[in-house]
Amino acid sequence: MVLVLIFIPLFFAGVAAVTGSNRFRPWLLPPAALGHFAASMLLLARPDPWPITNWLLIDPPGRLVLLAFTTLFLICAFYCTGYLRLRSDRPNRVFCVCMLIFPAAATLVICSANFGLMWLAVDASTLSTAPLIFFNRTAQSLEATWKYLIICSVGIALALLGTFFLAYSSLQPVEPSTQPVLATTMSANPHSAIPSMLMNDLVNQARNRTLSIPWLKAAFVLLLIGYGTKMGLVPMHTWKPDVYGEAPGVVGALLAGGLTSCAFLMLLRVARICAAAGITRFADSLLVLMGLLSMAVAGAFLVDQKDFKRMLAYSSVEHMGILAIGLGVGGVAVYGALLHVINNALTKGVLFLCAGNIHRAYGGKTTATVRGVLRRLPVSGAFFLLGFFAITGAPPFGPFISQLTILTGVINGGRYLVAALFLLFLLLVFFGMGRTVQSMLLGRPPAATRHTAFHDGPLTTLPIVAALGVVLLLGLYIPGPLREMLLQAAAYVGGGS
Amino acid sequence: MSTSILSALLVLVLLLNLFALGTSRIRSLIQIAALQGVLLGVMPLLLHGRLYLIGVLIAVGTILIKGMLIPKILINALRDARIKREVEPLIGLLPSMLLGAAGVAASMIIAALAPKAVGESSTLIIPVSFATLTTGFLLLTTRRKTLTLATGYLLLENGIFIFGLLLLQAMPFLVETGVLLDLFVGIFVIGIILQHINLTLDSLDTRRLSSLKD
Repeated sequence: MVLVLIFIPLFFAGVAAVTGSNRFRPWLLPPAALGHFAASMLLLARPDPWPITNWLLIDPPGRLVLLAFTTLFLICAFYCTGYLRLRSDRPNRVFCVCMLIFPAAATLVICSANFGLMWLAVDASTLSTAPLIFFNRTAQSLEATWKYLIICSVGIALALLGTFFLAYSSLQPVEPSTQPVLATTMSANPHSAIPSMLMNDLVNQARNRTLSIPWLKAAFVLLLIGYGTKMGLVPMHTWKPDVYGEAPGVVGALLAGGLTSCAFLMLLRVARICAAAGITRFADSLLVLMGLLSMAVAGAFLVDQKDFKRMLAYSSVEHMGILAIGLGVGGVAVYGALLHVINNALTKGVLFLCAGNIHRAYGGKTTATVRGVLRRLPVSGAFFLLGFFAITGAPPFGPFISQLTILTGVINGGRYLVAALFLLFLLLVFFGMGRTVQSMLLGRPPAATRHTAFHDGPLTTLPIVAALGVVLLLGLYIPGPLREMLLQAAAYVGGGS
Repeated sequence: MSTSILSALLVLVLLLNLFALGTSRIRSLIQIAALQGVLLGVMPLLLHGRLYLIGVLIAVGTILIKGMLIPKILINALRDARIKREVEPLIGLLPSMLLGAAGVAASMIIAALAPKAVGESSTLIIPVSFATLTTGFLLLTTRRKTLTLATGYLLLENGIFIFGLLLLQAMPFLVETGVLLDLFVGIFVIGIILQHINLTLDSLDTRRLSSLKD
């Protein structure tokens, strides 16, 4: 079943590659996304009917990320056909193919239980998104693609080294005296131990204290840096503003909502091994530190940010920081962080797709040219405003609930300084973004931009409405099955089965 | 016997690292990386003392990709760009060689302090791996030409590959092949982007790639 899920987008990617018509090709995206969505729902509804290997299993947090990803992809796929119709001047073969390979790679990240395979999939997702950033073929988008490739490649290389360290830590001879009683019952002969990259093997070894702690710690640091680069945690976030600034809005949505969620999933998995090995304190303090740093730097750059796409990039950095803090604090905050993955993915979808529309209509992305959006593009403008309120944590939207849950976790853990800083940075971000959003949306549109060709159409607005609808729903009510999934995933990350 | 050959090859890799830091000719740098790739390809064969199919396949694949295909892509990019030398590195060539040597010393110390696994074939694997990683990082952080950066990335990957030798039994064939393939596709995509950069900006200097900032 997992293989089916991966092959649906790949199949359509193949069809897109041989399709000759530039007009017809984008219409392959919605059926691919619908197929992926339907198969994901089947997979989430009950246990995998056709499990193939122990390499391809979805763990509980993976199920949540799959839900977030497939929903976001569905929304982006419909939007993308509308977007590419407006850009029919440009060949879109590479764009469509990569747009379909990326979900296959992301699904593989979500569904694999082997750290080597996960690494491969993360790398494949990096490479398949690079041509998407380069769609506009300008000197700026070239620069952004170059930075993306080189920074993320180095990050990914470090993650590979971390993966090797992780496997190597399972190769250690263990002194009989330091071995807890539990391990002897497992009949584990350390001298015949074969290093493993399988999630469950590593967790079992961690529980039996047969992982080498120094190597595990080094592995955690490298994996945090490596996958943190893909998430965009400070100080490895530098590619983000450039890439999100230059890539088409729909690509920004998929990166900020999909790719970063997959990278966070990797950190969740590594954190689980650390929890099982009893080095939670070490891992958590690093996560919280990087999380706070990300929020602080994002807040600083959001003040007086003139470019609204770069503004969204820093907002993404901030929210990755929030996720890291949630994971680091543990307890109920992990529940909040998992919920925030879904909320962040969909809200970022709303914002980036609106930003894409605004960029199209004005031909610029700074507050110098973009004014009076509410008059020029009533729907996109209004939803950009609602998305802004949602992402900054205003009720009644979903992110309010998830951020509040994370904050509750922080306070329950007695970390009042972290809580105070968390609130301070949220406030800073709200005012920073608020000023930019205000000067964009209000006022009169400049005369030159009043009659450009772009207007809100059904394909470029209805997906946004749908995404915001889900975000609003999640703020008002969390359905029973989703709550169950969240609880399971939080328990799983905390070291449970 | 095979262990001593392995150690000799690892020492050669170390020397190549220092050469890489000391040369200003980009072509030599790419050739050094290619030679390292070939040496790396031979290593899996020496590790177990006997020939076995998967080891041979990995060796052939590594030599083909790291030693021939990737250097070919980079040399082609170099020829199209009509540049020869790395100019104005952030840190001069001699100081960066000295830094590289210091990196070797630090790698030796760290590797000596780190806990060892059972049945390691050569005590040099970990220090050489770390030293190669350091070299790659030095190239990535102190040079200005995009092609030098791509080669630095290649050296970084070589360092990781050497560490991977310790896990050869554990790493499933699929992962091993995948890593090689990913590296190849990565350099391929980088090569295409380099070509576009060259066409658009008529230069492969990273200082021309700094218009995006806050």
